[in-house]
Amino acid sequence: MNYWPLAGIAIVVLGFALRFNPLLVVVSAALATGVLAGLDPIAVIEALGKAFNDNRYISVTWIILPVIGLLERYGLQQRARAVIEGMRGATMGKLLVAYLAFRQLASALGMKDIGGHPQAVRPLVAPMAEAAALKTHGDLSDAARDEVKAMAAATDNVGLFFGEDIFFAIASILLIQGVFEAAGYPLTPLQLSVWAIPTAICAFVIHAGRILAFDRRLGRAPE
Amino acid sequence: MITYEWLYVLAGAAFGVWAALSAKDRRWGSAAFWALLSASFLLGSHLSDLANGVLVLALVAIAGLGGLKRSDPPTTSPQEREAYAAQLGNRLFLPALVVPLTAVAGTLLYNYTPLGETGLFEPRRETLILFGIGVIAALIGAMVWLRPPLMAPAEEGRRLIDSIGWAAILPQMLAALGAVFALAGVGEIIGGIAGGIIPEGSVFLTVVVFALGMAGFTMIMGNAFAAFPVMAAAIGIPLLIGQYGGNPAVIGAVGMLAGFCGTLLTPMAANFNIVPAALLELKDQNAVIRQQVGTAVPLLVCNIVIIYVGAFWLWN
Repeated sequence: MNYWPLAGIAIVVLGFALRFNPLLVVVSAALATGVLAGLDPIAVIEALGKAFNDNRYISVTWIILPVIGLLERYGLQQRARAVIEGMRGATMGKLLVAYLAFRQLASALGMKDIGGHPQAVRPLVAPMAEAAALKTHGDLSDAARDEVKAMAAATDNVGLFFGEDIFFAIASILLIQGVFEAAGYPLTPLQLSVWAIPTAICAFVIHAGRILAFDRRLGRAPE
Repeated sequence: MITYEWLYVLAGAAFGVWAALSAKDRRWGSAAFWALLSASFLLGSHLSDLANGVLVLALVAIAGLGGLKRSDPPTTSPQEREAYAAQLGNRLFLPALVVPLTAVAGTLLYNYTPLGETGLFEPRRETLILFGIGVIAALIGAMVWLRPPLMAPAEEGRRLIDSIGWAAILPQMLAALGAVFALAGVGEIIGGIAGGIIPEGSVFLTVVVFALGMAGFTMIMGNAFAAFPVMAAAIGIPLLIGQYGGNPAVIGAVGMLAGFCGTLLTPMAANFNIVPAALLELKDQNAVIRQQVGTAVPLLVCNIVIIYVGAFWLWN
């Protein structure tokens, strides 16, 4: 077997480690992999162009930015903070655990488009978490604020990934079904999606525990 | 029938406006980058594969040479924002909710009522198309309500897209990398190696290699969807199900979730890990991944246990 195409993977790993521009790393890896697999360089560029073109739908979602930007111009982030400041007993831990539960449940019901980084985390969840952390712990360093915002983004990801597969009509479940059916093991989407539940529960317990521990650690951190 | 082409025209127009505004600001690198992306959306379906490939190389050259910079279009001051927020109250959240509600409620209506028989939308494309419709509705509603300067949404959108910069097209580029990897047979090679290192006869170790392989290959590809067919064909189906008689539903479902643990750990999953770091203006590009390690690693262990218990103990 020709193992040379794996050099593309090495380029990806090294390129990211050495902090080259990721677009440059990815395209270099694609070109190297294709050529080392014995393809004509022009054919590799054509394959890259076709695949980039076929996947344009992925980048369509940026059309939401004018809406978010316009609302931010009129104080959306400030309003999100004010809501949290007005709540008695709101802590960053409680807020993010509640968001984790909401995100998991909504995704499990097929509503994975509620939430997401441009639509929800940047304008709402991150400012709310930051406001709650400031409220309970007083002034925080820039590094600690960044950690809070990053935890808000991480919570959105965990909630989505370990909620969405409980909904049976989702791409990943259909992909599993397709692969297994082709191999002679017909399964219904529902048979698969119920097995996403144990992992979803583990994910909630682990991540919620980490959020609360993080909140306590922020309280102890010397300023 | 409304198809993805309509969305591409919309996105092409948005990136075209951002290119023009960047040019007006004499930010030539950004102007060229967004103009090329606009051309990809507007003309991509009519260009040859080679022309699209050259367009990709040009985009990457601009980004690689550091041609993209953050922009600072005129906007409201923090004090003005506080005043607006106090004045407008919670109604500010409404336009932001219009978009997901249109996408979700519209998808449900379209799939579970006779609306679907109208054939209004391209099949299986309705959610993203409805997302586009929601964006237009929210934008019109916000413009009528807030009466900002006409160019405000374009300028505010440009501020955000410039803060994301080249990361905006990284997910799409990674999908293209996946296609080239598939063409070069990388999946088969990895599957062959993974299949070769498993000790004979140990169900538990086979489960471990399967789950770690899913996570590891997902980290490399940035996407569990690319890893799943490879690991299922190399280990999941022939060994865990065929040879050891495990429950296919558990192996499939939880195997995919083991891959999702890998997604939490890799900069290659750009839209989940790198884009938010840019959007939130974090100093460390990998800050989101750092917060996820402590969840992903124990959860991967949970998945291994769930596969072993669910697919073998409870099944036999």
